[in-house]
Amino acid sequence: MVYIPSQWRDLTGAVDRLELPGRNLREISRALEARFPGIAERLVEGDAIAAGLAASIDGAIASRGMYSPVGPTSEVHFLPAIGGG
Amino acid sequence: MTPKSERKKYKVIGTRPIRHDGADKVTGRAVYGADLRLAGIVHGKILRSPHAHAKVKSIDTSAAEKHPGVLAVVTRADMPNLKNKIADLGEGSVNLAHLGANVLAHDKVLYKGHAVAALAAVNPHVAEEALKLIKVDYEVLPSVTWVMDAMQDDAPLLHNDVFTKSMGKRASKPSNVPTHIHFEKGNIEEGFQAADVIVEREFKTASVHQGYIEPHVSTALWNQDGHVTVWTSTQGAFTARAQTAELLQIPVSQVTVVPCEIGGGFGGKIAVYLEPVAALLSRKCGRPVKMVMTREDVFEGTGPTPGSFMRVKLGATKDGKLVAGEAWLAYDAGAFPGGVIGPGAMCVFSCYELPHAKVDGYDVLDNKPKTQAYRAPGATQAAFACETVIDELAEKLKIDPLEFRLKNAAKEGTRRVDGPVYPRVGLVETLEAAKNSPHWKSKLEGKHRGRGIASGYWFNIGLKSSVAANVNNDGTVSLIEGSTDIGGTRTSIAMQFAETLGITAEAVHPRVGDTDSVGYTDVTGGSRTTFATGLAAHEVALDIQRQMRERAAILWECEASQVQVEDGAYCHKDKKLTFAELAGQLGHTGGPVVGRATVSPEGASNGFGTHLVDVEVDPDTAKVTILRYTAIQDAGRAIHPSYVEGQMQGGAVQGIGWALNEEYVYSDQGRMENASYLDYRMPTALDVPAIETIIVEVPNPAHPYGVRGVGETPIVAPPAAIANAIYAATGVRMTELPMSPPRLWAAMSTGKKS
Repeated sequence: MVYIPSQWRDLTGAVDRLELPGRNLREISRALEARFPGIAERLVEGDAIAAGLAASIDGAIASRGMYSPVGPTSEVHFLPAIGGG
Repeated sequence: MTPKSERKKYKVIGTRPIRHDGADKVTGRAVYGADLRLAGIVHGKILRSPHAHAKVKSIDTSAAEKHPGVLAVVTRADMPNLKNKIADLGEGSVNLAHLGANVLAHDKVLYKGHAVAALAAVNPHVAEEALKLIKVDYEVLPSVTWVMDAMQDDAPLLHNDVFTKSMGKRASKPSNVPTHIHFEKGNIEEGFQAADVIVEREFKTASVHQGYIEPHVSTALWNQDGHVTVWTSTQGAFTARAQTAELLQIPVSQVTVVPCEIGGGFGGKIAVYLEPVAALLSRKCGRPVKMVMTREDVFEGTGPTPGSFMRVKLGATKDGKLVAGEAWLAYDAGAFPGGVIGPGAMCVFSCYELPHAKVDGYDVLDNKPKTQAYRAPGATQAAFACETVIDELAEKLKIDPLEFRLKNAAKEGTRRVDGPVYPRVGLVETLEAAKNSPHWKSKLEGKHRGRGIASGYWFNIGLKSSVAANVNNDGTVSLIEGSTDIGGTRTSIAMQFAETLGITAEAVHPRVGDTDSVGYTDVTGGSRTTFATGLAAHEVALDIQRQMRERAAILWECEASQVQVEDGAYCHKDKKLTFAELAGQLGHTGGPVVGRATVSPEGASNGFGTHLVDVEVDPDTAKVTILRYTAIQDAGRAIHPSYVEGQMQGGAVQGIGWALNEEYVYSDQGRMENASYLDYRMPTALDVPAIETIIVEVPNPAHPYGVRGVGETPIVAPPAAIANAIYAATGVRMTELPMSPPRLWAAMSTGKKS
């Protein structure tokens, strides 16, 4: 299940979550873009997740960028990137 | 707080060995950046802006360059053009144009203290004298230092190329608000309609500095072969290398960063300031250049954490169940984008199960130094607001504040407002421990006294770590780790290695490697080091153990799979060798045994804490005295309990500083007026009682020993806990930090009662 951040719902017609095919974030982002044109521009920069954003897959922050694996029952969220002190 | 049966499983973990770097530290032999002496070393100094906001029309360095003893001068003209370049620095990405302009100002200075030019001279005194000869022609511009003022349409615009981004969606007009974050969960209107009691309050917090004792210090040598070596005080040697290489636009392989011992960082020693400048000066003069900041430089040119304005609204049913929460947060980022509003917005309701919620967060530019991470960046401000409202809500519902928190506490399966669901976490356990603590059970008697409670959360992150190990023939192991050691992590990492291998902590000799001697490792920050680098050490130990079994198999002419490891010893049938005995035979079984591991764990380890505090408020002066303080935290597993307690105590004391005294005081011209430890009031040992600690252990399922990371969570709860205690003592709800005597006295005098 891919959760759509509230700030992207202007592109999704208020759809807040949906099932999408994809074995990794790259495929998920392509499927998102195919369904809701314009999302990739916000999510992807070059070949990477856009600066300042992170993806959470099943509660864990993805460490392999667009290559991060996504399972058939995974829950995907797009979040602000965090660091720490 | 851990069952004895659990403890018995471990021989090293949970014990308190003497730290490996202890002798050097207590005898003064540990080498900090300022101790570095190199042949031919010269000294660099930085000229800083006297204005909070101004155009730099011209810089004339000719007189300084001619001054006897001056060897090199650099300005923005010496920096490569870095426009529109983004670099990945591991813990996050950075706009190099902004980072470069912070290191040496380009066309504008954006805060008082902004670096404008630098020079190197034969000694620091000549360098200081020569700085006065650099002539800078400024056109002074209006400035703004309060976050809400900076958001106004008519506020002075800091950058004309910064546009508000909302999760990647870019606005069309330049603004002082680089980022807007918005989270929604459930239906906020329905949530508040279901509430019987609603509390809404506004809060302000001041900018505060990380306050590390050791100022920033770097020495750079740009060798004739083009290789740059930097000795520096940093939280991350590899991140410092990446920033330096990117800013100078040279290959990363041409830079070696040697991390010196570090006298505190707390998030403030991740960004580079001096490293590239020292390197540029060294390139010009051909000698090693050492640069040491003064305390004034540190206050005015580095850190701090954001000042903030927050509005928090919470609703609950009369039986004490939270039903809705709304937060509006504006944090200043200082002069360049990239503040900590993201984690602030993600953390504001992170302690609670909230079916309906809405959070808006704004990153705001103003004429202050670029803000940097500070222990749980963004969470302390948010917790001050949320936990104060929680306390007031509990009071209105006539429910004990601890029971109210327990009733609504986040737990396994709770979905955060920003989306993800918690795995097994320990907030409930910290609240239960608080409830059963001697502190909570004790009576607080006397006039003008009150008790407060608050909880706090920090994610704790994973990221990349590398560790290497060499087995010595006397049975000891040399361990090289990529994490700089700020809080005793050499030992906590060595202990995990020792536990896995079945040897003693003393048999491990850990040291921190430079960027040429160990694999890439992200910063020591985000409470990640004992968790992630400890995980790498565990994997190295497994690697070593596998190889040692192979060596034993050679000796015993059997298969490695037939060699058992029991209590650290290697056994096959009736044969048995201790690790040390087997290590002594490596020479004739194939030579040295070395191990290495690199990890990139993905799971945040979710640290929760609950703090209790008793205060007494002087009714005449409004001075707050901390009578008793207890910090309770879920450490997952306390590898070295003394270090965990030390982190809890240190975080609590820093939080007490935020709560009661610390703040950047600005003049109308945007100048910091208290840039010294005489005037910037940090708590000392005389200001606080012994901080009591209770370690709760709810093992992290994502770590073999259950480690969660502990460094940041302890700073989150203190300001709210103290505000709640002050309310209990005085009947005054404080909504602004610091709750210093003048501010509290004014509130008490005007009867700002709840």
